[in-house]
Amino acid sequence: MAGAAVTTRGGTPQARSPGFWRRATRHGLVIAGGAIVLLLGVAALFGSALAPLDPNQMDFSALFAPPSLAHPFGTDEFGRDLFSRILHGAVVSVKVAFIAVGISAAAGVSLGLLAGYYGGWVDEVLMRVMDVFFALPAVLLAIVVMAILGRGVENAMIAIAIVYAPIFARVTRGAVISVRDREYVNAARALGQSGTRIMLAHVLPNAMGPIIVQTSLSLAFAILAEAALSFFGLGTQPPDPSWGRMLSEGRAYLRQAPWMGIFPGLAIMVSVLGFNLLGDGLRDVLDPRYRGRR
Amino acid sequence: MSLNYLLKRLGTMILVLFGVSLITFAIVPLLPGSPARVTLGVQATPESVAALERRMGLDRPLAVRYLDWIGGIVTRGDFGESLISGSPIGDEVLRRAPATFSLALVALLIGLLIALPAGFLSALKPGSARDLGVSIMSQVGVSVPDFWMGILLIMLFSETLGWLPSSGYEPLAAGLWPWLSHILLPAATVGIISGSIMARFVRSALLEVLGQDYVRTAHAKGVPRRSVLRKHVTRNAAISIVTIIGLQMATLLSAVVVVEIIFAWPGLGQLALTATLQRDYPALQAAVLLSAVIFTVINLVTDVSYSFLDPRVTYA
Repeated sequence: MAGAAVTTRGGTPQARSPGFWRRATRHGLVIAGGAIVLLLGVAALFGSALAPLDPNQMDFSALFAPPSLAHPFGTDEFGRDLFSRILHGAVVSVKVAFIAVGISAAAGVSLGLLAGYYGGWVDEVLMRVMDVFFALPAVLLAIVVMAILGRGVENAMIAIAIVYAPIFARVTRGAVISVRDREYVNAARALGQSGTRIMLAHVLPNAMGPIIVQTSLSLAFAILAEAALSFFGLGTQPPDPSWGRMLSEGRAYLRQAPWMGIFPGLAIMVSVLGFNLLGDGLRDVLDPRYRGRR
Repeated sequence: MSLNYLLKRLGTMILVLFGVSLITFAIVPLLPGSPARVTLGVQATPESVAALERRMGLDRPLAVRYLDWIGGIVTRGDFGESLISGSPIGDEVLRRAPATFSLALVALLIGLLIALPAGFLSALKPGSARDLGVSIMSQVGVSVPDFWMGILLIMLFSETLGWLPSSGYEPLAAGLWPWLSHILLPAATVGIISGSIMARFVRSALLEVLGQDYVRTAHAKGVPRRSVLRKHVTRNAAISIVTIIGLQMATLLSAVVVVEIIFAWPGLGQLALTATLQRDYPALQAAVLLSAVIFTVINLVTDVSYSFLDPRVTYA
């Protein structure tokens, strides 16, 4: 998972360049990914209102009911409606993903900005520390953090944030290095502006392209990671519906209720696919060097 | 490839591993509750916990404990004893390592069997329907949760068709079919996913070479298409493909950790998760440290083999 960092190949993607919206809204991948993400957003915001039934309401007259009009995705071992549970699961998934990626982007972008702009020993020290984090498999690093912090959905957010912060740092650093010696940055320096102001007003906005792309890709991986941690019983705790947990519950009943093993996984896959397509599409649009290569 | 570069890379690797060992060691002091408490259980008196802490050496300064711990690992391969079973963890790791490595290797093989043909098929006709098909396959491959892929394969091949067992491990010594039938589903889970991801990289590696002047020249001077592909394209693309395999090994090992747990595969990943769930810290430390070592060594070998295979690549 950690291998998903964006490489900019020296190009300077411009999120503010003219025609960005026009190009983005005509790009196939952006449209497809955007549509899925929009759908997921609707499910997350209005999931509790849209769900036909209470996700935790048990119905012992309909245990393991196969998909039907009354239960589009069937029911589980307690007769709970899977469709309603999956809609509620979207709330959990999206919340965890956004908070985790928010934290890791805030931390990673700040570190990358400092390392890239100042260079020298600051850069050396920060990047060597990041190398240490990169030396651990992502899943294992998350499991270690969960071992220290204990189970629970908040701790899962922190674990995911710690895993992805180094990727944000690396991506930001690369983008910052490619713009830090531009004329407008030198001009700002000549005008005597402070380092903080130059970084926030001139460098960061022009380095946003790869960061936006990385945000979309990280959201995809955060949804995957939350599902994985919950699947192993480390993330979201019962009875809250979470896609990963629903799959691990469904594992015991694969023979009598295969839908329990199919629909939650499908929900995870489609959401992750949405953010991945959006991220790849945005990279095409933002980085001219990628255009036409794929 | 200069000796200087190799030495510098080795130096960095040792620094990184030192950092990893610090983090791994820090797991125990950072934890809520002491290992002595875990060993004795919640009903133990404070006195007996304190006595065991002294016996385990937990009352000594952190620096001394770190040197003692890392010294034992480096000089004697001694990772301490499991808090749950009381047996040496080094032995446990050695017992589990073959299971993990055989799974990773078979998974890589399956991945390559998917990625190489798919990559060739799409690169030779960019923009075609089969190219689109491979690119959709890649996108889906990146997005499928590995544990769900495992569940789907179990549903199809174990529950419905009944062809393959859904969990467990048999060593190769037990016979070819018992070994193969157990390894096939977990390896396919990882292999299908990493294969569909690698297909994309194989494709762009080939496209890169296909666009080179020497390929056009070979075509122009009338070299048959087959031999252009075999002699010029494949050999030059092989370098990037080796790098891809190296980089993919990291992702692959991550997926193996997850898949081992689903298929009750007695490897290192399963060791790490059960250690976490049972709070068996020495076992968790061993699993983390070893995977970091494997990870960094693979990265180093990838980089070095890259410059070894391509004499044009020199590192200043």
